[in-house]
Amino acid sequence: MTQAPSKSNSQNLSQQHNARGTVAPNLRYPSNKKTIYDRNLNRSKNAELSRAAFAYLFVEMISYAQKRVKGIADLEARLNTQGYPLGLKLLDLLLSRTPTSSAQPPTTRPTKILPLLQFITTTLWRHLFNRPADALERSAENASEYMISDNEPLVNQYISVPKEMSQLNPMALVAGIVEGVCDGAGFTTRGVSAHWANGTSVPEASGTTGPGMWPGKTIILIRFAPEVLEREEILSRGSGT
Amino acid sequence: MVVFALLIINKAGGLVYNREFHTGLAKLSSNDLLILAGTFHGVHAITRSLIPSSLKPISNPGTPQNFPQRPSGLEVLESSHFRLTCFQTLTGTKFLLFTEPAQPNVDSVIKRIYELYTDFVMKNPFYTVEMPIRCQKFDAGLDAFVRVKS
Repeated sequence: MTQAPSKSNSQNLSQQHNARGTVAPNLRYPSNKKTIYDRNLNRSKNAELSRAAFAYLFVEMISYAQKRVKGIADLEARLNTQGYPLGLKLLDLLLSRTPTSSAQPPTTRPTKILPLLQFITTTLWRHLFNRPADALERSAENASEYMISDNEPLVNQYISVPKEMSQLNPMALVAGIVEGVCDGAGFTTRGVSAHWANGTSVPEASGTTGPGMWPGKTIILIRFAPEVLEREEILSRGSGT
Repeated sequence: MVVFALLIINKAGGLVYNREFHTGLAKLSSNDLLILAGTFHGVHAITRSLIPSSLKPISNPGTPQNFPQRPSGLEVLESSHFRLTCFQTLTGTKFLLFTEPAQPNVDSVIKRIYELYTDFVMKNPFYTVEMPIRCQKFDAGLDAFVRVKS
């Protein structure tokens, strides 16, 4: 009982929480009783993670997902699901870390599409990959679609996708993170997906560098729900008058 | 300075990768290459046990070592036309590099190839360990490195 509190006896859960650290130190409760939740949020602000550690973790994430899927679309959906909760939390974390001087009002969540996308391509990208995204475009055909492109995705740095799975882009994980950020900020999406720039699924925007220069170029396609666009219109009308 | 070819042999003696960078060696069919890899694996195993007993590491049976110093076996094979350098990783994968006899710094070349292997093969989620290597980025990395080098 002390090992794993079930949901039924939640009234003494906090009591157990304190007791567990002393009874059996395990993975979640280290011997000095300082869990990751006890640390200051800003402690890891400038911390960097080993790229190899991420690469090996990602290998395991993909093979874990691969064992349980039927097709490529399924695998992509699973990666997306793995990224989604990260996005929800990163939104809050990064907003809380945004520097504000006392003269300025405290940080607010992005309420319009453009600031949200800018938050994703600069703040989020810089946090994840240490550099901003390479381009942000609006689809010419569909006003609700936005595209973020990354010429050399760090996630795919060591990965060669076999020919029979060429539709798969492991950046689906990052697409999931982006979806989490959008949802967390109140922008419902009809799906965020990752595509290879040299594929045929996404119309190639004119003027951008071709896939010859960046063979790994990846486009993350965000499709906002119609009600988001509707709200956007009302908001801009309100500010205009 | 010419690097002729690279073979990678898994720990069971199977050929998992072969690549020719420059012509100069006799053309071998894929079957012959497999036989060559298997034969080399056997010869390597024999040479490993062929060391003088005076050089054998003194092992105290009372204190088990986590990483005992093992004899490395065949490392270089030289002929008038080529030199074969063998590098064995800790896990038993063997890298065979065929170069010209006069090629300098083969050690650093092979180390770099090992690095490329750990990056683009071992960190690739679609690669199954001990199976033949089919990784685009590994090929591209090798090409870029060996071509620049020669």
